[in-house]
Amino acid sequence: MAFYLSIKEIWRAKGRFFLFSLVIALITFLVLFTAGLGEGLASANKEYLEKLDADVLVFQEDTGYSTIESRLDYRILKNVRRWDGVADAGAIGFSNVTLTFPNGAEAIDVSLIGVEPGKPGSPPAYLGEAIRTKQAKVVVIDERIAEQAKVQVGDFISIKTTQGAEEEYYDIKVAGITDGRQYFFQPSVFVSLQIWDDIRPKADVENLNAPLIPNIIAVRLGDPAAVESMSRFLEDRVDGIEVTDIKTAYESSPGYAEQQSTLNTMKGFTFLIGVLVIGGFFQIQTLQKVPQIGMLKAIGTANHVVANAAVLQIILVTLFGVALGGLSTFGLAIGLPAGIPVLFTSTSILTTLVALMLIGPIGGMVSIRLAIKVEPLTALGM
Amino acid sequence: MKKTILETREVVKIYESGNLVVKAVDGVSISVAAGEFVGLVGPSGSGKTTMLAMLAGLLNPSEGQLIIDGQRINQMNDVQRTRFRREKIGFTFQANNLVPYLTALENVELMLRLNKKNGRQGRKKARQLLARLGLEDRLNNLPSQLSGGQQQRVAIARALIHEPSVVLADEPTASLDTERANQVVGIFADLIHEQNKAGIMVTHDLRMCKFVDKVIQMVDGKVARVITDRATIDQLAGSSQFDAVSESLTQNPSQHQPLLIPHVPKWTAVAVGAD
Repeated sequence: MAFYLSIKEIWRAKGRFFLFSLVIALITFLVLFTAGLGEGLASANKEYLEKLDADVLVFQEDTGYSTIESRLDYRILKNVRRWDGVADAGAIGFSNVTLTFPNGAEAIDVSLIGVEPGKPGSPPAYLGEAIRTKQAKVVVIDERIAEQAKVQVGDFISIKTTQGAEEEYYDIKVAGITDGRQYFFQPSVFVSLQIWDDIRPKADVENLNAPLIPNIIAVRLGDPAAVESMSRFLEDRVDGIEVTDIKTAYESSPGYAEQQSTLNTMKGFTFLIGVLVIGGFFQIQTLQKVPQIGMLKAIGTANHVVANAAVLQIILVTLFGVALGGLSTFGLAIGLPAGIPVLFTSTSILTTLVALMLIGPIGGMVSIRLAIKVEPLTALGM
Repeated sequence: MKKTILETREVVKIYESGNLVVKAVDGVSISVAAGEFVGLVGPSGSGKTTMLAMLAGLLNPSEGQLIIDGQRINQMNDVQRTRFRREKIGFTFQANNLVPYLTALENVELMLRLNKKNGRQGRKKARQLLARLGLEDRLNNLPSQLSGGQQQRVAIARALIHEPSVVLADEPTASLDTERANQVVGIFADLIHEQNKAGIMVTHDLRMCKFVDKVIQMVDGKVARVITDRATIDQLAGSSQFDAVSESLTQNPSQHQPLLIPHVPKWTAVAVGAD
């Protein structure tokens, strides 16, 4: 009976309900897009670190887990490696360079990441091969670069850096292509740590004997569950370092927390707007229907039928609106250019959609309560 | 003698609001038999709508007994009363009678759905009843596509379709012109007689009393008089001085003997109080 009443009303007033579903669809679109943007920006910031085959990261002491600030003496790497419980460790160096392409593709700013071949931090290549030796003058590139600049394994690319005050170009062969591993809002290119040290931008080009100074060390533990205890252990045993898990590391990167909290606030407010809009619509509708609800109750419609009809109607309209919004977001996501940092993960989409489905009943609660409280006596104008 | 379907015994309804106590219905005892159509008349504030609400199980009396079809409705809880209304009562209202998003046929079927009696047979019965009310070509129209009179006829069909024991009508002609009012109440009366229901119509329009078998006049919450004499009822209904008659019914007859109705000099009270 409740289903019959709610379906009939929606069908006979489909224009009104469709318009309202559109409002819900737009709210869904906005929330999903904000969530996708949050996820995309976060990913652009942390993708490389998140995919690291390591459990903890070692930073220079008192640098607040900042990969840019941290400078580690190469000896520290040896010191870290020798302890029981450390399965493997690899030093990593970060810098920013520009890629140019002989095929005339537009130059791309990238993160140049120096890694130790076969050690934590060195990415696998799904096309071609990973970096195999310290001296190999090859590069493994992020698939985004391959896609954007139409580069294939075996092609040469040019890395533009600044040495002192001069621009230098290093031609290097693409050995492999790895999956998306952005770092610091840029796609990444990987070279061996020695090559990285040679070509990274340097202010002082005269001092060729300067030792190799990587930024951080990625450590894979024998027991991946022992992150906390091993972090403390290493900090106690090795001087001048601080150790943390990967999540804390990328959450500490500059602007990450602020950016995420801004986007979460936007998402939260959009949800709140959704609850209020849905609540307002159904409340006004219920108020308009008070005489009709009174009449239905007077002729013997049970209270639960009236309430269920209201709940069902809210659920159906919300479901339709959310589906419509979800589909249009999906359609837009397919057509989005690669550079826009919007990322839809199944977890975030599902969580958002479930939350959006809940805003209907939450927003409509007042109107349902209102419908339940209508006295059948209203039918007699009493 | 026809079976009594509806009976009230010394029913009292008191409204209390802070220090204000109003006795809206004061010791009313009436009865309505099967196939009997009763007009409940009286001025505003006389307690007739409160009486109707109690008879429909919408309002609990403060004192007294309400017995419909052998069931004491004032002893029922809310759920039982909702079910009682659904099964035993047919209702038409002054306004907002129909569900706006259901067609005429669906509005009538609604009562069958509520009682889980819908289906092919139910639909056939609803069609027949609507056809009997002259609405065979309006079955699939929404209420907004029907005139006021047509809407009232749909409401009458809805009130009767589930074969209730009692049919109650609250001011069914309030928004109708005389011709349509006559048509609607005429059909209503016919169906009540045909289907042997106990019918009660609350009305301000005394002209509609020509269709009823008994007039119960209420004044200040009490039954002022009960008129069963056909000639008197017809005379009352036939008076062209509708307003004056209506006005006269606001007077307490016990204080104005003989009846102070100069326009209807032959009107006589047949009974006062309980019938």
